[in-house]
Amino acid sequence: MTSEQKGWKEIPIAGVCWRPATDYLTGDWKTLKPVRDKEKCNKCLICYMFCPDGAVTWDPEIEDIGFNLDYCKGCGICAVECPKKAIEMVHE
Amino acid sequence: MASKWKFTTKDLAEKPEILMSGHRACAGCGPAIVYRQILKATRGPIIATNATGCMEVVSTIYPYTAWSIPFIHTAFENVAANAAGIETALKALKKKGQLKYDHVDVIAFAGDGGTYDIGIQALSGAAERGHDFLYVLYDNEAYMNTGIQRSGGTPHGAWTTTSPAGRVIPGKPEYKKPIADIMVAHGIPYVAAASPAHWRDLITKARKGLEVNGPAFLHVIAPCPRGWRYDTSKTIEITRLAVDTCVFPLWEAIDGEYALSAPSKVIALKPERKIPVKDYLKVQGRFRHLFTPEFEHVIDEIQQIIDRRWKRLLKKCDMA
Repeated sequence: MTSEQKGWKEIPIAGVCWRPATDYLTGDWKTLKPVRDKEKCNKCLICYMFCPDGAVTWDPEIEDIGFNLDYCKGCGICAVECPKKAIEMVHE
Repeated sequence: MASKWKFTTKDLAEKPEILMSGHRACAGCGPAIVYRQILKATRGPIIATNATGCMEVVSTIYPYTAWSIPFIHTAFENVAANAAGIETALKALKKKGQLKYDHVDVIAFAGDGGTYDIGIQALSGAAERGHDFLYVLYDNEAYMNTGIQRSGGTPHGAWTTTSPAGRVIPGKPEYKKPIADIMVAHGIPYVAAASPAHWRDLITKARKGLEVNGPAFLHVIAPCPRGWRYDTSKTIEITRLAVDTCVFPLWEAIDGEYALSAPSKVIALKPERKIPVKDYLKVQGRFRHLFTPEFEHVIDEIQQIIDRRWKRLLKKCDMA
């Protein structure tokens, strides 16, 4: 993932991390991906609260939920916890 | 002490993410959920510090960092001392007029290894000195980061690599240390037990812990799919079972006065809602060996311990 590595003269001292983790896409870990049935979903955001990876997104402008598959690791918590059973895990 | 803070799920969703995506926790990680929920309770500028443990490793793999706030990684044993130092430094800066914020919250995170075993002396000292910080213990009940070794937080009968279940010993022979009660005994203003399945309760407790003036201790159960041996999608389900079986009852102690929180209060008022502990054990692979004829008696033993601890808690809450 790290194509441009800094040399020892450029890196900050004391082991300070200088790249945001969002540069590292964990989405390729998954074998199952969540698919949402928009008809059933009532946007309660419970999937958002239970996602370990912050991969469930909320867009306040269009007031809708989305999945950021760049980071989703496919654990399936959202599908199990959805009170409306609106999320299904399918093979990629 | 009641927090005046009210929130809706949308408020939380619109708050910027402090633990960013791209951290390398396993799929279905319980502690990652706990962190995300607690960091939704913040009220302004914060500094976080983390003892060595799973969440420190996965969130700051060099050169990446998942933290969008100032974050300091410390050794296993001194996260509370570190938080105390941060808080004192902030106080000194404020005295000199060099702090541009009115107040900065300090949160110390540690796992069960960094709290029950290695970090307890620093924690005890910081609590005794009365530093104003929130200490969050995410309890995944073993040293998961180094490969599932038993800790003081591992429950009786659980399999780990250093308390293996064989023909002679049925997993860990010792019992879980009541760490939150030890913290209440320190006489600190706020101690609470919470679970990510009841996220509204957890976020409110985290906020109370930040608002209180003095040390606050939050004990949060955080299942680990790798170490507890269950399917990644069951993390929240298992936490809910832990509360419903009274394995991990939810309560808070404000200035030493115990009170049950809503999900456990329901069980106290309607005891028929209490589920047998067997249901909690059978969904986890680390207790699989207990479901053999030779070790079946251990399940009854666990049930007895849980019942005894639950009764004792009810007495403390004046609900017996």
